[in-house]
Amino acid sequence: MIKEPKISENQREIWREPLNFGRFAVPKGEIHIFPERCKECNYCTNYCPNQVLERSPEVNVYGYHPVRVREDKKDSCVACGMCQSICPDFAIFVKEVKIQ
Amino acid sequence: MTEVEYHPKHDLIREERFPHVWCPGCGLGIELQCYLNALEKSGIPQNNHVLVSGIGCTARIPGYANLDTYHTTHGRGLPFATGMKIANPDLKVTVISGDGDLFNIGGNHFIHAARRNMDLLVICSNNFNYGMTGGQHGSTTPPTSKSASTPYGNIEPTFNLPYIASALGASYVARWTVMHPRQLTKSIRTAMDVKGFAFIEVLSPCPPNFGKFNGFKDGFEEMEFYRKSSVVQNDAKLEDISIDPFHGKDIVLGDFVNRKRASYITLEHELIDRIRGGGQ
Repeated sequence: MIKEPKISENQREIWREPLNFGRFAVPKGEIHIFPERCKECNYCTNYCPNQVLERSPEVNVYGYHPVRVREDKKDSCVACGMCQSICPDFAIFVKEVKIQ
Repeated sequence: MTEVEYHPKHDLIREERFPHVWCPGCGLGIELQCYLNALEKSGIPQNNHVLVSGIGCTARIPGYANLDTYHTTHGRGLPFATGMKIANPDLKVTVISGDGDLFNIGGNHFIHAARRNMDLLVICSNNFNYGMTGGQHGSTTPPTSKSASTPYGNIEPTFNLPYIASALGASYVARWTVMHPRQLTKSIRTAMDVKGFAFIEVLSPCPPNFGKFNGFKDGFEEMEFYRKSSVVQNDAKLEDISIDPFHGKDIVLGDFVNRKRASYITLEHELIDRIRGGGQ
């Protein structure tokens, strides 16, 4: 059941690979967003370590552009939970997806 | 995908009141979330937690927490909480308020609560000005920074809040910014177990007032400036850590003080036991 970890382009280069590296799978997260609560403060888009989030061109009922997951980075979320813990508006949360 | 999704903090916040009143880029929502995270980890039942506040932007935090919360008069959060703690020592009373409320209007109450080593957790959100009334300068405004009432720069020296709290004998003193959410959560969690007066200063941006007057484009830019100027130094000398980031001085963060000192409730109960024991 040992899987090779996938390293996406935006992740930092591993310059010395640990011996047991292959035994650890990179966690995967699923981002849930409440667009009607987002106030466009740009914290999550700027502080996400993998730049998974971006502004959407649509507007919500208060006239803000809510965040959305970037199409090309759908699988890059590693469930670190940074966006959830720094969202002042309780508008985003992350669930870790179980990897089989 | 038809099932309704809830935020993980659904049980702890009053979700029907969201979106909240705070401006885009304000850090108070993060502060609330850190408090709720710590509350979940504390192991104390939700019904035993009480949140008290005074007046101000920060003082609206209790309105969004699904606990027993009290919104009291200006600066009087601490005496209110003191009374509540003495009447029912089983409660875990937290006072969450702004710098204007705790140190300008209610400064004297703070001094005496810390002197008594009252069993309270005080979380002071410091945004360097009076945010709700339009950004006037206060006792925590850094020197030479601009505000609505100091357009040519503030000439007053600023309060050094951790130093004050420590000098008055608080059991626990810490300072973090809202962009250190994990450290802040850990700090609040630790402070919940402290017997005595615990004080945590939380630096938070105020984009439409303090940020605007000092040339920050938005909340993110202001937050990034504070984050970049911050240094974590737990053993810092407290007299040197006043906040002056506009002259290249680092903002020193950390868990500065954690000491054991007899708290008011302990002493009070000892006294009651002694008098009752001696009288019979």
